[in-house]
Amino acid sequence: MTPGPIRPAFRAGIVMASLVLVAAAATGLLPDPAAAAADQGMNAATAGAPHVARGDYPTIAGMSSRTTVWALAQMHLFLAAFVLAVPLFSLATEFMGKVTDDGRYDSMAHEFMKITMAAYSFTALAGGALALALFLFYPPLMGYLLRVFRGQVLIYALLFGLESVTLYIYYYSWKALRYGNRKWVHMSIGLLLNAVGLTLMFVANGWATFMMSPAGVDTTGAITGTVWEATRNPLWNPLNLHRFLANIAYGGAIVGAYAAYMFLAEKDPARRAHYDWMGYTSNFIAILGFLPLPFAGYWLMAEIYSYSQQMGITAMGGVLAWLFIIQAVLIGTIMLAANYYLWSGLMRTDRGRKYVPYVKYVGVVIIGGFLVWVTPHTLILTPSEVQVLGGTNHKLLGPLGIMPAKNTAVNLMLVFTFLSFQMFYRSSRIPTSRFAPAGNAIIYALYIVGCLNIVGAGIYGYITPTVYKVGASVPQVVSTLVIIVGSVIIDIFRLRGAETTTIHWGRMSPRSQYALFVLPVAFTWLMGLMGYIRSSLRTYWHVYTVMRDNSAEAYIPTIGQAGNVITLITLGFMAVMVFVFWLSRLGETRQAAPEPRPPARTATETAR
Amino acid sequence: MTFLKVFAFSLLSLLVFTVFANILPQVQSDPPKEETLDTGSMDMAGMIAFGERLFRGKGTCTLCHNELGRAPDMLNLDLTADFASRLADPAYAGAAKGKTGARAFEIYIRESMQDPSIYVVPGFGKKGTNDTVSPMPRVDAPPIELTEVEMNAVIAFLQDRAGVKPTVPLPSAEEAPAAEPAATAQEEDTGPLTDPVEIIDSYGCAACHDLNGSEADLGPDLRGVGTRLSREEIARAIYDPDATIAEGYEPGIMPQDFGERMRVSELNLLVDYLASLK
Ligand code: HEC
Ligand code: HEC
Ligand code: HEM
Repeated sequence: MTPGPIRPAFRAGIVMASLVLVAAAATGLLPDPAAAAADQGMNAATAGAPHVARGDYPTIAGMSSRTTVWALAQMHLFLAAFVLAVPLFSLATEFMGKVTDDGRYDSMAHEFMKITMAAYSFTALAGGALALALFLFYPPLMGYLLRVFRGQVLIYALLFGLESVTLYIYYYSWKALRYGNRKWVHMSIGLLLNAVGLTLMFVANGWATFMMSPAGVDTTGAITGTVWEATRNPLWNPLNLHRFLANIAYGGAIVGAYAAYMFLAEKDPARRAHYDWMGYTSNFIAILGFLPLPFAGYWLMAEIYSYSQQMGITAMGGVLAWLFIIQAVLIGTIMLAANYYLWSGLMRTDRGRKYVPYVKYVGVVIIGGFLVWVTPHTLILTPSEVQVLGGTNHKLLGPLGIMPAKNTAVNLMLVFTFLSFQMFYRSSRIPTSRFAPAGNAIIYALYIVGCLNIVGAGIYGYITPTVYKVGASVPQVVSTLVIIVGSVIIDIFRLRGAETTTIHWGRMSPRSQYALFVLPVAFTWLMGLMGYIRSSLRTYWHVYTVMRDNSAEAYIPTIGQAGNVITLITLGFMAVMVFVFWLSRLGETRQAAPEPRPPARTATETAR
Repeated sequence: MTFLKVFAFSLLSLLVFTVFANILPQVQSDPPKEETLDTGSMDMAGMIAFGERLFRGKGTCTLCHNELGRAPDMLNLDLTADFASRLADPAYAGAAKGKTGARAFEIYIRESMQDPSIYVVPGFGKKGTNDTVSPMPRVDAPPIELTEVEMNAVIAFLQDRAGVKPTVPLPSAEEAPAAEPAATAQEEDTGPLTDPVEIIDSYGCAACHDLNGSEADLGPDLRGVGTRLSREEIARAIYDPDATIAEGYEPGIMPQDFGERMRVSELNLLVDYLASLK
């Protein structure tokens, strides 16, 4: 093992892990609600969810229970998303390095992991603190959840231990298992690590979604099914997919910010080139995770509707409708920043200039799509809310705000973001194959027909007189996918044996790097916002329809209040990440050895 | 220096999001408050007004029942014609089938609230169910949880809007809206029964059927009826007994008016109970 300043982090990890265990043990000391129910002559399994009165919620030192738990939960989610995502694409990058036999990939993958290691202890710390806070502030709820999920918490703890072990082995064996067959062994460890990590997330997602769409219990909350049934509730898989993708995009964005910062701070051109390349790759990963997200998001939303129309309307039409407008603004910001970065990247190649004139058209589409997306259509509200907001319907903007228009906008934005990427990809390659011109024509045709199809389906969806205009969105998604997949495949053939021109990594304006900071900031805030939406969907229920929240803070806070809290949590997260980056930098800093001192005179010398 | 610049820039972006969140309309959504009403002195006009408050407030009915087309816009529809056409629809198979008038409206509205899928207004069913499953939640169950009295108030409100005289009972003083429904079931003519065995007793099922150990044999043995019939078939056999006749028995013996006399909630309980006899 290489001795280095990572070691303290390692030790810290062990400390955190034991902290979590202590916390878990402490929870064992709390009154066991199942036993309490049995005392009252009830069979614990058939007893419903507890009815809790206002007075049953502990107040501790005048702290706001909800805000405390909210902040800790969100912090834990941020860190966990990052810590789970990076090994995923780290492994992919390592694999790239192995198949292309390009050592640069391997060292970048290692660098990704280095950042993760320092963040890992904080994840555990936040998780332990969250568990503690939940048990302190919401003992009846936690008692009930423990009853529903029985031994699953132990599995979670076990998985967490396994995650720690595999993570440390994966990272610290990197240099030892570097070449040949040993590399495959190393990658298998990485695979195991990711399998454990994903399972960990899925387990936790089961708890979060159980609270939204309880399963395996009857209407009173009495347990009727197995732990598996409770886990596999209606919203579990949609959330699993959405978070999986979002985590990758999020992890990419954060690593991108690290690379951008290093790029700006470095003087040495070779190191700058390296960090430019790392920034580019991270942005690529972020976009890759991002492109399918809207579809996963719509799936999640559709499942929410089909689980409970009431919940769906509460989300999209009720008090929370405005939040989806902020969501659209944030997503638009992310898209614009990512595109801006890609356009700036055209500077890196000599042929890139050729594409610059097209950038403005891409820009127009992206901004136009963005504007359509943020246009609200209808806000369905309770009368008192209508009084506050002054009306439910945006008369002028209405048609732009409906789903077909939004779907059209989203699909076009995705297609054009992909186009930005494709322009850069092409700018460093001069096709030589005979097939090239024909291939080019096909790609143009793909774009034109695809976009016409997307717009046409949008118009059709608009004039179709149904409440649910979902039918039209399928051809749109298909068009988008065909354009993307089709032109990737054609370009592979078209550019086979192409003459590659040098990409001048590092030839980037400092300004372009700021796009890589917008990305994680917007992403972090967006995640905070979505977490708030997810919790708010349950309105005044701990476990929707089964266990009521009778605490003083059962209301849904205003967007402004929520925004302020989210900003504070984001700031906290940024502080942690700065520290984490600093830690991982520290690992490379070597103190210059002190100047050899002039030989001191010894006593015998003086005596002489 | 770079650090400060980057930090300031990130802070600025954060600030933009925060300010944006703060300039949007600010609404706080509170949990519904339980109204404590002096129900003892409430007359029908008070009941109708209470029903309207519930319709727009605690019942969250306007979340879906509004002009946006997610559910019938009951505040703007001609309810007289609307309800009458539902009852006349051949597809309608609820307890008020073939009936008209205020009492039939009451049954229809109550069914709509307690068991919305008995009849689904065409075009409004859950996606993919071909209008057999209603997306409307039961209003007497969480998350809406209207009490018996509150449901009566909503019915009174809708009956009034449909131009008929409300037929629901006025709440007696004991039945404060906040009270648990179980506590309201004491008097037979004011509240529905909540215990299936009591329901069987009070409607005299055991006089003809072998139920609860009565060993009567005028009608089919109902011990274990849950293994022979589905929930739907049992319900049908009670509110429309002659629709299908059990083998070896005559039509017209089992009373035809249970659908009218029984509360929907009682019917539900009874059916649940019978279906559980295995
Ligand atoms: C989540 C949305 C939703 C909520 C909340 C809701 N409903 Fe409905 N309701 C529907 C839908 C959709 C239909 C049409 C399908 C059907 O017939 O069940 C409907 C149908 C009805 C009908 C039959 C209407 C007709 O034209 O025949 C009545 C009566 C009714 N609802 C009453 C209520 C009352 C009273 C409340 C509030 C306590 C309420 N609903 C709350 C969605 C909702
Ligand atoms: C006056 C005697 C009588 C009374 C009272 C009576 N039933 Fe029946 N019931 C019958 C007869 C006769 C049949 C068989 C003919 C038919 O299917 O309609 C029957 C059929 C049924 C069936 C269908 C059984 C099958 O095997 O298909 C059910 C379920 C049922 N009754 C339930 C009830 C319930 C619940 C009550 C009390 C609310 C009740 N009955 C009261 C006489 C009665
Ligand atoms: C447009 C349709 C979308 C809908 C309806 C939607 C809905 C949701 C909901 C309800 C959540 C809450 C889940 C949770 O935090 O536990 C969520 C989470 C999230 N969404 Fe979306 N989303 C959509 C699109 C997107 C897009 C395009 C992005 C891309 C940036 C995105 C990013 C996120 C992120 C980062 C989270 C947090 C994930 C996590 O906690 O791991 N969403 N989304």
